[in-house]
Amino acid sequence: MSLLQLEGISKRFGRVVVAEEITFQLEEGAWVGVVGPNGAGKTSLFSIISGDIKPDAGKLHFDGRNLLSMNAAARCRFGIGRTYQIPQPFEHMTVFENALLAAQQGARERGRESYARAFSSLERTGLAEFANRPAGTMGLLHRKRLELARALATDPRLLLLDEIAGGLTDLEVVELTAVIRDLHADGITILWIEHVVRALLSTVDRLLCLANGEIVADGEPRQVLASDAVRRVYLGGAIINEATAH
Amino acid sequence: MTWANILIQGALVGGFYALFACGLSLMFGVMKVINLAHGDIAVVAAYSAVFLVPKLHVAQLWAFLVVVPLFALIGYVVQRTLLQKAIDRDPFTTLLVTFGLSVVIENLLLEIYSANGQSVNIGELVAKSWQVNSVIYVSDVSLVVLGVAVLVLGALQLFLSRTSSGRLIRAVSDDREAAQLCGANYKHVFGVAAAIAFATVALAGIAFGISTEFDPTAGGINLLYAFEAVVIGGIGSLWGTLVGGILLGVAQQFGAHFNLEYQTLAGNALFLIVLAVRPQGLFGRRVSLNE
Repeated sequence: MSLLQLEGISKRFGRVVVAEEITFQLEEGAWVGVVGPNGAGKTSLFSIISGDIKPDAGKLHFDGRNLLSMNAAARCRFGIGRTYQIPQPFEHMTVFENALLAAQQGARERGRESYARAFSSLERTGLAEFANRPAGTMGLLHRKRLELARALATDPRLLLLDEIAGGLTDLEVVELTAVIRDLHADGITILWIEHVVRALLSTVDRLLCLANGEIVADGEPRQVLASDAVRRVYLGGAIINEATAH
Repeated sequence: MTWANILIQGALVGGFYALFACGLSLMFGVMKVINLAHGDIAVVAAYSAVFLVPKLHVAQLWAFLVVVPLFALIGYVVQRTLLQKAIDRDPFTTLLVTFGLSVVIENLLLEIYSANGQSVNIGELVAKSWQVNSVIYVSDVSLVVLGVAVLVLGALQLFLSRTSSGRLIRAVSDDREAAQLCGANYKHVFGVAAAIAFATVALAGIAFGISTEFDPTAGGINLLYAFEAVVIGGIGSLWGTLVGGILLGVAQQFGAHFNLEYQTLAGNALFLIVLAVRPQGLFGRRVSLNE
């Protein structure tokens, strides 16, 4: 059975369609990329899965359970972790407190276990040495890592990564990708929205392309990028040329 | 010696203002709700001490043992039902709803208990005072209230900065959405914050009922003083609220020294000056709820 199942998920805000009959499944342990032009509905798709947005129609199941009857907090506890495109740390707390809160609330742990989980999530994302820094004082790379650490501390089975490589230098992207590869090796299923297509191509084993709230292509990453549907979406834009050149 | 007396009396009444205001500060800091019924809730607590508590065969002196937990419960329920519904719509709705609540409470109290003045009866204790010298007298009740205010604010600060529940409240006040994605049920956290706010305002209401005579309309002026204390101290800052309350109290005593009619005026003047010169309040940045 698939870990995540979406069936006919639709959502509109007035006349803006953010999801139109979206149907796909994720197998446990998969690593899937999501691309699409701005406004294609990528982030909205994540919000529908994580519970920030309620779809107008469709079915959503995770590990056989109906997600639509759970609120965002319950979904997180049930194993869905998410990072935001623009990191949203609790700025007035230390890096460690950020992770600790996630471990106590998301993974439902108390005392020593929660401290250990919080610390290990910081270690895995390379933030251990910054544990006592106020999160608000961190730079972009570290904020992105903290976003990941916090999602990790909730003990997720599925991680939704929203442009976690956006705005980083090439070297930083490589470092962060290594961290994510490590998490995937531990069995965490990953759904990853990314504009940095190179980062995706070097890692994911399946690619979805969204446009106007619809899935226009789904399959092996290079084939998806080479497909006519995707070329039409991007109007032959730089994204394809850049990706195929490498 | 007169000046020392102004300072001491001002600080004593300021302790009461701070106790009164900390719930207002907390609800604004966490839920971004400005509770316009805050003063009326205190008055209901005072009425409960006078009319409900004796029915349970508890002396009015010990009213807080019954009223404070009761109001914490009421706070949780009101937040999860009425206020949450208002928050879900938009911030202005919370203003309308709490204003409506204030009107309803006042009129219900008038209907049931009439406009007659009441006070919480703690017997002879209320008249006890401590003579510092020939000019300065310190009322025992005021001193206890100031002590309770410091204790409550200190405990609250410790709770918020050191415990995991406190950390959760800070996280939700910082970023509700992100907290939810960490698995936190923010609506429950809002309920807990409201419970604490209602408990502290109930305590303040009883203190108010002990030291002064009150009627159903007494909430309004107290709400004003609470607002002033919070704004002077800096919104969301608990120690700031204490300092704000004390400064407000001192300013009022200072005004009253020249003419009793200047009491409220002097407080308002200080409030205006702070608002003009330092709109974020004295401790608006340095010490905050999200320390």
